[in-house]
Amino acid sequence: MMKPHRRNRLGIILFIAVGLSVAIGLTLFALSQNINMFYSPTAVANGEVGAGTMFRIGGMVKDGSVDQRQDSLAVRFVTTDYVHDVPIEYEGILPDLFREGQGIVAEGRLDAAGVFQASRVLAKHDENYMSPEVRAAMEQAGASPENHPFRESPED
Amino acid sequence: MIPEFGQFSLILAFCLSILLGTLPLAGAAMGNGLWMSLGRPLSAGLFVFLGICLFILGHAFVTDDFSVRVVAAQSNSLLPMQYKLTALWGGHEGSFLLWTFMLSGWILAVSVFSGSMPREFVARVLGVLGLLCASYILFMLATSNPFDRMAPVPPADGADLNSALQDIGFILHPPTLYMGYVGYSVVFAFAVAALLSGRLDAAWARWSRPWANVSWAILTIGIALGSWWAYYELGWGGWWAWDPVENPPLITWLFGAALIHSLAVTEKRRVFKSWTVLLAILAFAGSLLGTFITRSGLLTSVHAFASDPSRGVFILGILGVSVGGALLLYAFRAPLIKSEFGFGSLSREVFLLANNIILVVAAASVFLGTLFPMFYQALTGDLISIGPPYFNLIFVPLMIVLAMLLGIGPMSRWKKTSGGYLRRQLGRVALASLALGVILPLIVLLEISLPATIAVALALWIALTIGRDLLAKTANKPDRWQGLRSLTYGYYGMQGAHFGVAVMLVGVALTSWFSTETSVLLRPGETVALGEYEFRFDGSERIAGPNYQADRAAVLVIRDGEPVADLYPELRVYLASGAPSTEMAIDAGLMRDLFVTPGEIRDNGAWTMTVYVKPFVRWIWLGAIIMSLGATLAAADRRYRKLARMRREEAVAVGSAGERGGLRPAPGVGP
Repeated sequence: MMKPHRRNRLGIILFIAVGLSVAIGLTLFALSQNINMFYSPTAVANGEVGAGTMFRIGGMVKDGSVDQRQDSLAVRFVTTDYVHDVPIEYEGILPDLFREGQGIVAEGRLDAAGVFQASRVLAKHDENYMSPEVRAAMEQAGASPENHPFRESPED
Repeated sequence: MIPEFGQFSLILAFCLSILLGTLPLAGAAMGNGLWMSLGRPLSAGLFVFLGICLFILGHAFVTDDFSVRVVAAQSNSLLPMQYKLTALWGGHEGSFLLWTFMLSGWILAVSVFSGSMPREFVARVLGVLGLLCASYILFMLATSNPFDRMAPVPPADGADLNSALQDIGFILHPPTLYMGYVGYSVVFAFAVAALLSGRLDAAWARWSRPWANVSWAILTIGIALGSWWAYYELGWGGWWAWDPVENPPLITWLFGAALIHSLAVTEKRRVFKSWTVLLAILAFAGSLLGTFITRSGLLTSVHAFASDPSRGVFILGILGVSVGGALLLYAFRAPLIKSEFGFGSLSREVFLLANNIILVVAAASVFLGTLFPMFYQALTGDLISIGPPYFNLIFVPLMIVLAMLLGIGPMSRWKKTSGGYLRRQLGRVALASLALGVILPLIVLLEISLPATIAVALALWIALTIGRDLLAKTANKPDRWQGLRSLTYGYYGMQGAHFGVAVMLVGVALTSWFSTETSVLLRPGETVALGEYEFRFDGSERIAGPNYQADRAAVLVIRDGEPVADLYPELRVYLASGAPSTEMAIDAGLMRDLFVTPGEIRDNGAWTMTVYVKPFVRWIWLGAIIMSLGATLAAADRRYRKLARMRREEAVAVGSAGERGGLRPAPGVGP
């Protein structure tokens, strides 16, 4: 027979162990269900992503590509890493700092025609600041961000 | 010339902080009373010289001295005065000076309000804080000097403060958040001082408790202000985004909440001692992690300052040395800490343990979700992000369990509670909250909604058990009023904070579940319906602000044919930077907010806009305010002052022998 306080201690340790395992299991499950991959336009153009997968794409809004319908919220534009282009369609209100030649990140899926149907479009609040994701996309594509008309931070 | 005085003052403050970080600690180790007594005057000196730095930098901002680099980068001659002054913390350098100044303020507070503690202990606390302050000032001098000049020719005008920051939220949120954050340095210093002296006893817990409460109360307000500001300024109608920079304050806050509860057990029952110390260290680590993430530019976020890797490395160094050092000390000391283990499975100790586990698991999962993308990228090179669904999936079940336990915990007794007693006290309360949880949403919504029922039932459960406990606590008194008066501030503070949890729970659940929104294109005179409300766009006009131009739309909200609110959202363009900014319009109410975010103007005068109806969103911040007041009230309990006085007399009588259950002083380290 265990002494009562020993039994208590064992009970509490078991309680903690079970609670922690449940928590860890739940956390890992939740994590695995909610990973959004990020791809550059080049990766998308190379067919690395299948149609229907939720992911993020980032790049610059190509100059002259924004086609805003006057009678609805539908908008179509092209995002580019200066090597490859991906067309994006979005229905909704674009952020303040969305404009041509700016870096954006969009969340959504590719449709069968290879057009990215965005459910969310993000632009940074500071027009001089480039998101690390967009910068990485540029670097992956071999296009040096320094050659293009934006700055990384005000000090540069 | 004046900014150079600031620089000079910063260097003097650095020298003082080095002295503060060495002499009192050495004095405590060697029993040198003179060195220990230097802690208080040095703290005052540090506060004064950092205050001078802050004043001089503020002066440079107010007088438009664009030869100072940060002024040129963050301010502009057209900026209204209140934003000129607060532009000081609109960038990395100035905000870090503010952060360091706040630390010196906390140090001064410790030196003033520590009269009842033994001088060795005070010397160690001030010494640890001095070292921390020295590392911050060194960081400023080495990588981010706020007094740097623009050489050789200063610009004619400044680049302007980011338009999103020109707002009352920016005036209030950063200082409050920093104040709360930095408060955890004090709690950390108390823990390290206790580890150094080897006296991790009930007295240490009692001294720490008011500081842990006040830091938490301020941090609560700081986070709530940030949430409120993001809600009305960023224009996406949300109050929490699980942004990588929002998360560290939340991690700190969760650890802080766990710490408050764990300190109670350590003080009252002398158990969970090493756990409590660990929590104090973790809460502090959370606060430094926040600084690191914001200032290193490592993660994508709306908060990120312009990044510079050398700063990140330096802060990581401070984090590593302070937290690593504390954990090392902990590893050596913790095995010596003996806790008595005498409590049953339904005791208050067990409920508080469960509270701690839930809060720490919540904090750990937020930590994991925040830093996972970084680890993932380091390992695989792939860029990923973790979306809000991850955090919601973890948080919702944890908080439901926490709320259920929250009703029982305060009713339970130390050591052992009989199951029958809890059933008698709480059985009917449970039934009542469940019944009302079904009925109330049914009356309001005319349908059965599971989320609303769960939220309302849990909130009522918390609120009603508080009432039940008040009745039980005053039942033996001849007169109810006298009974209520005999309860302590500590008790009312606890129940107040718990009531705040109930209020916030209602707000979070109902807003998350029942908010509606729609994005539309409206020509003047057109209407969009959302639920029981209609939003009518009545045209727009051009207006001029002090440093911006704007188009202002007039939107009338109608319900059942009656106008309920006029909303005027604006599309601004700031003159200095040319930056566009959207200004939301909100009609706030206790039961619902009506909210319009403007999008853009089309050639034919039509506007795109998103309209929202957000029920009970105000309850979130109301709950935070109540929690914060509760924690402050508990910190004001007379007991801390009275027991501190008794403690001082006891210390004189007994000398410095270890207390019952406390750790005996190790040879050569103890006083």
